[in-house]
Amino acid sequence: MMSLPFQVVVLWSDALFFGLVTAVVMLGMWARRQAPLRHSWARVASDKVAMVSATVLAAFLFVGVLDSLHYRARLDAAPGQAVAQKINYAVEVNSLLDVLLAPLRLHPEKTYSAPLATHLFSKEPLPGSIERGFPRLTWGGAHLGYALEHRTIDIVQRSALGAAGGLLLWLGLMSVMRLRFKRQGQAIESAQKPGAGEATMSQGGRAINALLAVADGDAARKSSRRVASHATLLTLLVLFLIMGVTMALGSGYHVLGTDKVGQDVLYLSLKSIRTGLLIGTLTTLVMLPVAVLLGILAGYLGGWVDDVIQYAYTTLNSIPGVLLIAAAVLMMQVVIDTHPDWFVTSAERADARLLALCLILGMTSWTGLARLLRGETLKLRELEFVQAARAFGVSHFAIMQRHILPNLMHIVLIALVMDFSGLVLAEAVLSYVGVGVDPATISFGTMINAARMELARDPMVWWSLAAAFTFMFILVLAANLLTDAVRDAFDPRTAA
Amino acid sequence: MCSTTANASPSWGGSVYFAPMLAYIIRRLLYAVPILLGVNLITFVLFFVVNSPDDMARMQLGIKRVTPEAIQKWKAERGYDQPLIWNATAAGSAGMAHLTETVFFNKSMRMFAGDFGRADDGRDIASEIKHRAGPSLAIAVPTFILGLGVAIAFALLLVFFRATRADFFGVVLCVAMMSVSGLFYIIGGQWLVAKVWHWVPISGYATGFTAAKFLVLPVFIGVIAGLGASARWYRTIFLEEITRDYVRTARAKGASEAAVLFRHVLRNAMIPILTGVVAVIPTLFMGSLLTESFFGIPGLGSYTIEAINAQDFAVVRAMVFIGSVLYILGLLATDISYTLADPRVSLK
Repeated sequence: MMSLPFQVVVLWSDALFFGLVTAVVMLGMWARRQAPLRHSWARVASDKVAMVSATVLAAFLFVGVLDSLHYRARLDAAPGQAVAQKINYAVEVNSLLDVLLAPLRLHPEKTYSAPLATHLFSKEPLPGSIERGFPRLTWGGAHLGYALEHRTIDIVQRSALGAAGGLLLWLGLMSVMRLRFKRQGQAIESAQKPGAGEATMSQGGRAINALLAVADGDAARKSSRRVASHATLLTLLVLFLIMGVTMALGSGYHVLGTDKVGQDVLYLSLKSIRTGLLIGTLTTLVMLPVAVLLGILAGYLGGWVDDVIQYAYTTLNSIPGVLLIAAAVLMMQVVIDTHPDWFVTSAERADARLLALCLILGMTSWTGLARLLRGETLKLRELEFVQAARAFGVSHFAIMQRHILPNLMHIVLIALVMDFSGLVLAEAVLSYVGVGVDPATISFGTMINAARMELARDPMVWWSLAAAFTFMFILVLAANLLTDAVRDAFDPRTAA
Repeated sequence: MCSTTANASPSWGGSVYFAPMLAYIIRRLLYAVPILLGVNLITFVLFFVVNSPDDMARMQLGIKRVTPEAIQKWKAERGYDQPLIWNATAAGSAGMAHLTETVFFNKSMRMFAGDFGRADDGRDIASEIKHRAGPSLAIAVPTFILGLGVAIAFALLLVFFRATRADFFGVVLCVAMMSVSGLFYIIGGQWLVAKVWHWVPISGYATGFTAAKFLVLPVFIGVIAGLGASARWYRTIFLEEITRDYVRTARAKGASEAAVLFRHVLRNAMIPILTGVVAVIPTLFMGSLLTESFFGIPGLGSYTIEAINAQDFAVVRAMVFIGSVLYILGLLATDISYTLADPRVSLK
């Protein structure tokens, strides 16, 4: 019997995450047909900072998607068995990212080692000697053998090779894009008449322009705004260079060192991205329908419906956020602990806890958006076009759906992107307090929590904390900067 | 309500202003009762319905010692052995006992009277809270006041240099500061100031004036951590204010830019800023979870964290209740501050 060498595992969070990505893509396609939305997005696309942020976020998203394709490897039949009657799969659930990062994942050291080190960080009894010293790492720099004096040259060589590789990859991508969009590019070119005499950058830039222009339809062409494609390309170049150097160095060293139990810090940081993204996005997925429905109902219907909904959100709001989350998470933990039979693998249990955390965060954070939407609906309800629709006898439901909801979308969008960065930061704090994700889930919070005492050591261990904080900072900063651009473009008060 | 009464009887002087305000406050406090009931119901559902007391006993006792007797004993010690919400077997006279001899009444409703019961270590929660409120306030109040001052000053500076490169980089700095995790400020600050520079002790607390050396660093870190978000927010408020007609008039009179900012814009912008922050003031009592636990300050924040880590549900419930009361007080204070700051707003 033929079968795949692995079993595809779709965790609940994977399914929801991909569902969300699909939904966003479909919304984007719908938005393409709406002239005002297209105009606003063209405004975002012409902002350099926004495009840099979007590119960085896309890179994070790419890592997150890679890390969401899970599988369980098939176990080889035991030597005694002739042909495996029953195919067994490993208990461990891995993702595509784990495969790509296998060199990092499968070569743990004994304990701490500094970035790019060849020796352990702490003294230990050396094998075959009574002295204590710094033992060699089993993997970091092992290819050097005893020629340790070549380490610097080796690092420089590898970095240069990696950078060259990254550059080549970038040039390759640009030329592919140039070929692919040559025709559209020419069409745009004739319409836009860009300045002549620009090098490859500009051609690639045109390709991106064309790509975005196709996505934006006529808007980019008609409006005088040009897509800030050079910013995107430069960011891509930087990302490719970093990727190339990291990969070249990572094949022989622990680029960001190892943590207390010898795990590679770079691997942990990359794995944390998925957790952060999931918490930032799935929470809003939970919160959104509740907030939109209740906000519109309260604002539009008024009366006792309004009273009940207002009572509900004042009550929820009045409970201090962290405490409500803590209480709910503690309770959920009891439920999970008392039902160990619900989960086949530990990955599923950790996943359930992650989802429950998103659910809890969602249920505690819909109140702010609902209040905003209620206020806005109150205003919209009195406007002429709504009054006219009512006079024509359009049903309440149709009015809410056709006239109120579309006019609230900018608030919803701004709230969504604003919440994202807050949630990523909140995860770290909650995991520190002990009410965040499952301790087995790799996240920025669990990394920081594990490393909290490391700066107090002497000599101190800084790389785990530095890696976690840097990755988190870049993710949140990119999200915040993009939020600003989106808000400027969509908020009717600032949109030109 | 307020304004109409004032017009109808001008001879009553100050009390016309005061009486409707008092009536309003009383009515608002009465509104708070159903909200607090709702809060209690939510915590009750979370703590007793989602998981029965048996589940909690099993988890607290651990796997090894779980016997039906041990669970019964655990529940009896903590008063969880009564029915949850309706006691059908209660021997009370007038039917009230059906409601009072229950977990809901004894654990949740008694909090209205300030009776929070005992923590798992046997200490009285109410007196513990009294002891710990002091250190919490010693951190929270200076952080709040200094934070407000520094953020306003920084925002004014940005507005003074508006539409220049300095303004742009200032806003970028604000966004960057907002994007740094609060944990980083604490861990990094402790490392730099206390470990590398040895300026202050890393953590700890003392009573009296010696406490100051323990307070400097957490307060400083608290101010820095909040600066980015609040300065950016105040900047937008100032910028909204600066487009108003009265500012143009002031400039037309020949007032200098500094005079316009300090004498006109700042004063008027203080209304939205102060009414915005008034809601926070009561919740200062709760202390800061992270700061207190990192700096080893025996306040309410670290009390809460310890309770969460020890899974002491009685303490968590009490803190939820107190937090809600303070939040409602904050809402009330916000509404009142609106009327005080802006005579056009009337209480209805």
